[in-house]
Amino acid sequence: MFVALRDLRFARGRFALMGGVVALITLLVVLLSGLTAGLARGNTSAVTDLPADRLVLAAPPPGEKPAFSESSIPPSVQHAWVVEPGIRRADPVAVGMSRASRGERTAGVAVFAVAPGSPLAPAVDDGRVVLSVKAAAALSVSAGDELQLGGRHVVVAAVEGTGEYSHAPLVWASTADASPNGQAPRAATFLALVTDPGTDPGADAGTGAGVDDDALAAADARLGTLTLSKADSLAAIGSYSSENGSLQLMRALLFAISALVIGAFFTVWTVQRSGEIAILKAVGASTANLLRDALGQALVLLVAGTALGTAAAAAIGAAVGGAVPVVLDAATLAVPALTLIALGLAGAAVALRAITSVDPLTALGSAR
Amino acid sequence: MTLHLDSVTLTYPDGDRRLTALDRVTLVAQPGSLTAVVGPSGSGKSSLLAVAATLIRPDSGRVLLEGRDLAALDDRDRTTARRDEIGIVFQSSNLLASLTALDQLLVIAHLAGTPLDAARQRARDLLDAVGLAGQADRRPHQLSGGQRQRVTIARGLMNEPSLLLVDEPTSSLDTERGLAVLDLIRRLTTERGLTTVMVTHQRDHLVAADHVVEIVDGRLAGGMTSPSPYAAGAGDPATLTPARGRDAS
Repeated sequence: MFVALRDLRFARGRFALMGGVVALITLLVVLLSGLTAGLARGNTSAVTDLPADRLVLAAPPPGEKPAFSESSIPPSVQHAWVVEPGIRRADPVAVGMSRASRGERTAGVAVFAVAPGSPLAPAVDDGRVVLSVKAAAALSVSAGDELQLGGRHVVVAAVEGTGEYSHAPLVWASTADASPNGQAPRAATFLALVTDPGTDPGADAGTGAGVDDDALAAADARLGTLTLSKADSLAAIGSYSSENGSLQLMRALLFAISALVIGAFFTVWTVQRSGEIAILKAVGASTANLLRDALGQALVLLVAGTALGTAAAAAIGAAVGGAVPVVLDAATLAVPALTLIALGLAGAAVALRAITSVDPLTALGSAR
Repeated sequence: MTLHLDSVTLTYPDGDRRLTALDRVTLVAQPGSLTAVVGPSGSGKSSLLAVAATLIRPDSGRVLLEGRDLAALDDRDRTTARRDEIGIVFQSSNLLASLTALDQLLVIAHLAGTPLDAARQRARDLLDAVGLAGQADRRPHQLSGGQRQRVTIARGLMNEPSLLLVDEPTSSLDTERGLAVLDLIRRLTTERGLTTVMVTHQRDHLVAADHVVEIVDGRLAGGMTSPSPYAAGAGDPATLTPARGRDAS
């Protein structure tokens, strides 16, 4: 790093320019990552926050992907799942979109309908609903207040959780209250499974569940269902998969751009320095030594640029957090920054290969 | 250490054929002596220097430094030899733009793995020896041509080499500054017991040499090293120039 650090100081204008580019790309990637996480949370948190190991959906027709909107699990299948070996609980949930209102205030809400007394939302009973914090804020209600849910009159039993589904705040209601005619629907959208831990030596370490995948697959085959982990089930939320796919593509493109920009910069930089590299080789610098020096220089540039960009993104995220669904936590801040550094280093490494081909003989200008 | 080029032949590709840059060149340079290699442009004198510096491997022949054949070493060992045993003084402007005069020397210590604190005093002493004690913190663009060349000489001595190879050291300097640099090389060769080989095309510089070798079309004219016709005053810098001493720039 002897020459690298002095180059950084000497050519600080050029490196500041490049560091600024890295910082701006980092700002974009981190904010996009935070927005992706925030939008994903608004789409899926009602599912990811469920106290369940896995979800059971109706098996899709051949060639089609599972979808919450198409899933319907009849009572017979619900009961069959309850008595499957290794299954501690299989709680049916019917998912629907509805409108809630109180006075002049109205809000579109996602309704997760469960049987009264369901462990998923113990406070729910006929005529009593549980609102997420965001739903309660949108309607300006608190526990004990009354409201209209899909035309039915209900009382707020509790306000808890931050769940959202398909960008609508979550409301837990009884199956009767979720139905326009007051009749509890017989079919569920999905079953929230809680499996018995540690009952099977082939337990899936990834989920911590005590029933193995083969047993679940066998049950699925018999009952016409599809069991998914919570993470895998998110793709069955139509709006999530399309939205998340687009945002992830944008992130991937930004990562690729950053690697290319860093690589291009160091390609030009190395070409400009080829005379000095030849001198250093002529006076006894090994190629490995020069590569270490140059990669160290790239690392300093990348760390400084990403730190600046991440700090700016965190500040902007904190400023607009209430208005924009941005989640800025360790994962959305550190992971993009570290990925950018790794990809930038990869781009620089490719560019710096040119160092290996510099001939020290060229330091003697008249040698050939 | 004695440098012995033993029947060295070097060829370059030149279209469909090969151009002979050095043709069975044999030369011996002794410690404490300055051997000047003189010849017209394209005669092969810089090729000779490149071979001696291990920057290029000859097609045949040996490059013996105190009996060890440098031409037979692999790339890594040749790099190590340049780092530890050979000092090279390039033509002017071969300094690193971002480094101060002091750093130009310290980078050599850094490459050798020498702690910089320990090397700093030696670097300052060398800058003092070449008359640049007050210019240690200046970068190349803040130095004159003569000062830059003296930094290059000091850098060539930083690794305490036994062999000093000097390539056209005055090519970009005016007469007065050129003679001052030549004076310095002559003096350091004697004081430090260096085996110095200097390539030059300026015959008026031969006064500094103990031996002169003339090379024409890749061959030594007149065979091996011969005493310089000007060697009577060699070793006495006073004979080199009426304007001897420090570069005034």
